Amino acid sequence: MEGAELAGKILSTWLTLVIGLILLPSAFGVSLGISEMYMKILVKTLEWATIRIEKGVSKESVLKNSASVGIIQRDESPMEKGLSGLRGRDFELSDVFYFSKKGLEAIVEDEVTQRFSSEELVSWNLLTRTNVNFHYISLRLTMVWVLGVIVRYCVLLPLRVTLAFIGISLLVLGTTLVGQLPDGSLKNWLSELVHLTCCRICVRALSGTIHYHNKQYRPQKGGICVANHTSPIDVLILTTDGCYAMVGQVHGGLMGIIQRAMVKACPHVWFERSEMKDRHLVTKRLKEHIADKKKLPILIFPEGTCINNTSVMMFKKGSFEIGGTIHPVAIKYNPQFGDAFWNSSKYNMVSYLLRMMTSWAIVCDVWYMPPMTREEGEDAVQFANRVKSAIAVQGGLAELPWDGGLKRAKVKDTFKEEQQKNYSKMIVGNGSL
Amino acid sequence: MVLEGWPEVQGIPGWNFHQRHHRVHKDVDQAGRGLCPVDRLRCPNYTWDLGSRYSQLSQASLLRLYHRFRALDRNKKGYLSRVDLQQIGALAVNPLGERIIDSFFPDGNLRLDFPGFVRVLAHFRPVDDEDPGMRDPKEPEPLNSRMNKLRFAFQLYDLDRDGKISRHEMLQVLRLMVGVQVTEEQLESIADRTVQEADEDGDGAVSFLEFTKSLEKMDVEQKMSIRILK
Repeated sequence: MEGAELAGKILSTWLTLVIGLILLPSAFGVSLGISEMYMKILVKTLEWATIRIEKGVSKESVLKNSASVGIIQRDESPMEKGLSGLRGRDFELSDVFYFSKKGLEAIVEDEVTQRFSSEELVSWNLLTRTNVNFHYISLRLTMVWVLGVIVRYCVLLPLRVTLAFIGISLLVLGTTLVGQLPDGSLKNWLSELVHLTCCRICVRALSGTIHYHNKQYRPQKGGICVANHTSPIDVLILTTDGCYAMVGQVHGGLMGIIQRAMVKACPHVWFERSEMKDRHLVTKRLKEHIADKKKLPILIFPEGTCINNTSVMMFKKGSFEIGGTIHPVAIKYNPQFGDAFWNSSKYNMVSYLLRMMTSWAIVCDVWYMPPMTREEGEDAVQFANRVKSAIAVQGGLAELPWDGGLKRAKVKDTFKEEQQKNYSKMIVGNGSL
Repeated sequence: MVLEGWPEVQGIPGWNFHQRHHRVHKDVDQAGRGLCPVDRLRCPNYTWDLGSRYSQLSQASLLRLYHRFRALDRNKKGYLSRVDLQQIGALAVNPLGERIIDSFFPDGNLRLDFPGFVRVLAHFRPVDDEDPGMRDPKEPEPLNSRMNKLRFAFQLYDLDRDGKISRHEMLQVLRLMVGVQVTEEQLESIADRTVQEADEDGDGAVSFLEFTKSLEKMDVEQKMSIRILK
């Protein structure tokens, strides 16, 4: 009996602490400064660890793993120079040399593949998962690492799981309750409050520290918010600062429950799986949504897939054909404290969440940018590229023309046709047959 | 271990090489790691060294290629399949992409291991200036010699591996490179002209010797070389 009483007492103190220190402040949007202190201690520890490693590494041999740096010397001259010809030269047996060389260069190094593995850190942040070359350096460092593991798995993880659990249940309960009210400004205000509170709780569940820049450009009602995609947490990060209408597929299970509850409180746009394939239907529904100026801005990730936050890939033109005002947002994670990238081929959702909850923290910057609209004579693709460049510049990310879906599907033939066209122009161009 | 399977460098019996290699490497092992046990195939120094001798790439380059191999092997199978190479965007848009992939999978193989991967890439190593004249005639021809580079290009044309490029095979390669931009008649006349120019013995096909002869003025070494940065 005594054991049960003791356990009960511990649990109740624990819950009181959690509610008092975390839940109530997040309901009012106030911060107690605990996370800032945590971050300061963390930064100091990591700096110390880095210095220790650098001392240790300088003695070792230099066969380093640098898969993300350029491996080969590239000759970027266009096809004409590579084939050593002026226009209208004839086909030569040696023309295959150019294509085979380009092909082999692509095999040794290509821009896309390296974007789909996590960014390599130059220094180590005491998480073995980010340092492939980890080996024993000194006893003190290993002790600190062991301490770090204990802290992360035994202290932080239960806390975070509790918070996440509370956050999600509050969200479902809250939105269902608010959904019972009649439509009106009270309902909207309440649903905003519920959404914001639960999102803040969930972000604390991940020890997230988010810096918002340029809040004056925050997306307005009746617009479309567009951002680069790194992980499912992007949604949490953006909704902590404002309410959005989400677009997506109806899922089953826990996600489905959350989706159905959310849509009761304020209108989101959820599609059945069969409806997603019909692009006109999707566009029509989205147009209807933004036409209503009282509805919340739509949140869309035009890349369509998770990229590892070092670059921005091709924006699909679908979102840019709807019309309306586009509010671009750039999100950049700081890899020092935890790798937020979701490699969906390597980790499923549960193991990803586990990794997130056992990292030190999620630190990121969010930049809101001035709204953009499609100009006269600009088609959807050009507009998409313009927005993409703006986001890449703001976030300090590289810009790539490739389609993020490349990691799953074959590349479109139009790119190959372009090369074939260029080549044909050369050998047939001036009719020298 | 993925690094197994390097072909023996010709003329050097495995065991003696291993013993000699250890005498050489004993001084080099700075980290103070103990030497490998008797089994030569499990010695990592041995396999890197053998791979380096076989391909004549430096150990640093070999390590970079190994990491690239592992990055391409998405499902961590330990080998590459055709699909892994087809998913490289820049290769998929290359008009000769499929032919290049074919050269990695000779004789209907379905698996590409790391020695095989290096074997093809070693063809593209730039030719060093010190090579000619200093080569020991007893050792096999290096993979990146002019002859071997030309052989690589030849088998991009010669699909059925009969040692000759027929007019039909020439047409097929041309069709790959131009897509749908050129008519059949134009393509046929280009193919006919090329075969006629190169063909010396009049059999209507281009043999490897005729191929090399028609390219004797071409700077093959420069066009078929990829320089790996230090």
